Amino acid sequence: MSAFSATKLRSPSLASPRSPSSKPSFPSSSLRFPLRAVSSDVLTSSAASLAASHPVISRDEGLDLYEDMVLGRSFEDMCAQMYYRGKMFGFVHLYNGQEAVSTGFIRLLEKKDSVISTYRDHVHALSKGVPARQVMAELFGKTGGCCRGQGGSMHMFSAEHGVLGGFAFIGEGIPIATGAAFSSRYRREVLKEQTHDDVTIAFFGDGTCNNGQFFECLNMAALWKLPIIFVVENNLWAIGMSHLRATSDPEIWKKGPAFGIPGVHVDGMDVLKVREVAKEAIARARSGEGPTLVECETYRFRGHSLADPDELRKPDEKAHYAARDPITAFKKYIFEHNLATESELKAIDKKIDDVVEEAVEFADKSPLPPRTQLLENVFADPKGFGIGPDGTYRCEDPGFTQGTAQV
Amino acid sequence: MAILHPCVGSVYREVPCSVPPTNCLLWGSSLPGAVPDMRMTVADALNSALDEEMSADPKVFLIGEEVGENQGAYKISKGLLEKYGPERVIDTPVTEAGFTGMGVGAAYYGLRPVVEFMTFNFSMQAIDHIINSAAKSNYTSGGQMSAPIVFRGPNGASAGLGAEHNQCYAAWYAACPGLKVLSPYSSEDARGLLKAAIRDPDPVVFLENEFLYGESFPVSAEVLDSSFCLPIGKAKIEREGKDVTITAFSKMVGYALQAADILSKEGINAEVINLRSIRPLDRATINASVRKTNRLVTVEEGFPQHGVGAEICASVIEDSFHYLVAPVERISAADVPMPYAINLERMALPQVTFYQIYLIKYEEKHVN
Repeated sequence: MSAFSATKLRSPSLASPRSPSSKPSFPSSSLRFPLRAVSSDVLTSSAASLAASHPVISRDEGLDLYEDMVLGRSFEDMCAQMYYRGKMFGFVHLYNGQEAVSTGFIRLLEKKDSVISTYRDHVHALSKGVPARQVMAELFGKTGGCCRGQGGSMHMFSAEHGVLGGFAFIGEGIPIATGAAFSSRYRREVLKEQTHDDVTIAFFGDGTCNNGQFFECLNMAALWKLPIIFVVENNLWAIGMSHLRATSDPEIWKKGPAFGIPGVHVDGMDVLKVREVAKEAIARARSGEGPTLVECETYRFRGHSLADPDELRKPDEKAHYAARDPITAFKKYIFEHNLATESELKAIDKKIDDVVEEAVEFADKSPLPPRTQLLENVFADPKGFGIGPDGTYRCEDPGFTQGTAQV
Repeated sequence: MAILHPCVGSVYREVPCSVPPTNCLLWGSSLPGAVPDMRMTVADALNSALDEEMSADPKVFLIGEEVGENQGAYKISKGLLEKYGPERVIDTPVTEAGFTGMGVGAAYYGLRPVVEFMTFNFSMQAIDHIINSAAKSNYTSGGQMSAPIVFRGPNGASAGLGAEHNQCYAAWYAACPGLKVLSPYSSEDARGLLKAAIRDPDPVVFLENEFLYGESFPVSAEVLDSSFCLPIGKAKIEREGKDVTITAFSKMVGYALQAADILSKEGINAEVINLRSIRPLDRATINASVRKTNRLVTVEEGFPQHGVGAEICASVIEDSFHYLVAPVERISAADVPMPYAINLERMALPQVTFYQIYLIKYEEKHVN
């Protein structure tokens, strides 16, 4: 049973881009801001709801998308195996089934753009370009990890690739993402360091959309026209709390226009539809038109975390979404439009298997952090900043970061 | 807002405050080394520090409620909007969690936000971002994401505002690794520590005091220099003594100095330490002082249990146990939420006269 009745919204004509200096005014319920929604019909075997007769992507793009989704899926499957073997511990939240959202959005970003996520962040990091070996080593808690083993599954950070976490509290990443978007605008307008905005994408779930910080940031992002995209991965469940039980109006995309931002609903199991919406939202953000709220209807094939028995979700709901597996659907699309042959895709599958195996080997071989790492990086500047007029005076407190721990 | 002389209307009339206001240290008098004619209020000190840091580094910006067009709820950011424009002095909607997190996100990218809380009580709505997103991020990311951010605003008790406007947060924030917590007393402290905080690459919680804003203190030419900075983690000995060590921070330093003055007439020579930095705590200075005087009294405006005084006492007992000739003592607020009635409010906070009696009794109890 699908949680939503499939809503088919008309696609109105695109509004002309507004100049960045115009003040946003409140929209009335008849749309001042264009609401483009793509229908969320179930993918049928006739593939009628998938693109027209000519493909919307090139062969290279198609292979890139396929490879990224397969990487996400294989990596997460390997995580489950490693967890049950005791190599990974704590909370591990897997992304199986939601790959279309991560791939659809993040593969369109540039290196300088940022991604902020929640605890379900492995695949966002992988899509953004963090090497699989670094993510795996981080999960194993080894020094080869992207955070040197300090963060773990829920805290993937990579300054080099623009992955700003990795946050355990839901809703915590949204203000951080708003700040990253703010800094992008600041660097353009005040520091004059660049001519266009770097885009920030904040990924979060349906549960977060009832959290105060979400609304606070929709307001501020709209107020200051920040280059941010709020992407809701609506997989209908917040651990065991169904979205319908928790939310007075379950259609999350509607919350955007309440703040003056376009709200879009898209079928998150279809990577091409997600990609189309993403292209438009990213273009809006980059050109200074401001934020967009995108609600992706998606589903996680596994439980909330590997410790979740997942007893509340009904088997027919799971079967419904399993039939809409984004990778299977995209494979079909590739064959139907002759973008690649079966053997080429199999070669990619094999390549990814090798990448994931190598990641596990690397993580296994990577050493546990040395004992001295316990006290490192508490501060960027442990001695504190204080200089006199001669430029040499600093606080010399040797007991500063050492406390009473014996290492 | 009128600032009441703390000794006026004291409940304990048998020991009236005999220090004339013009000589009272809380109201300011010449300190050794000060240029007699140069005085500055703490509000002006903070304003000038913000102004200078914003002009020196274009990445510094101020964000908070009322900071722009209203010149700051306590007028600390007076004139900054005209000078730097609305892109750098940002009036926010009432969204503490949102704009604090936004500041942290901007700090991850190397900007240097100064987030103003109208009072630190309101920071409780944003405390997730101060602790989890700012303080812990450098460690959790293995050194990749540091947040050079300053959270500032008035802390501690105000007057007649009841329980939700009066809590002191020094102990709460100072418990968290990854944060630096500063609390100035005088104008020199305010200028030097705020400049150091803004330049510091780590998150700093900067606890000011509403009553001190209007207080003026003498300042030397060195303090007025635009590169003046005070070290983070170093306490200042405001008054040398040999009989008992009194540690205090923020407004309580003034009270401690006044009490010390009164005590000196009783023949007790107290050493007053202005902590300046709650985290990192200057354990070296405190211990050196206690090893000299052999007695410790800690003073704070916060709640007694698990307070700043508790940490100082523990530190002294751990490091200087054999030097103590008497048990350590803590003076703090009463262990109650702040009442509203004026007499109860006065009783809920440390008063100079209380110190005086307390310290005299302390001497009787513990000195042969």
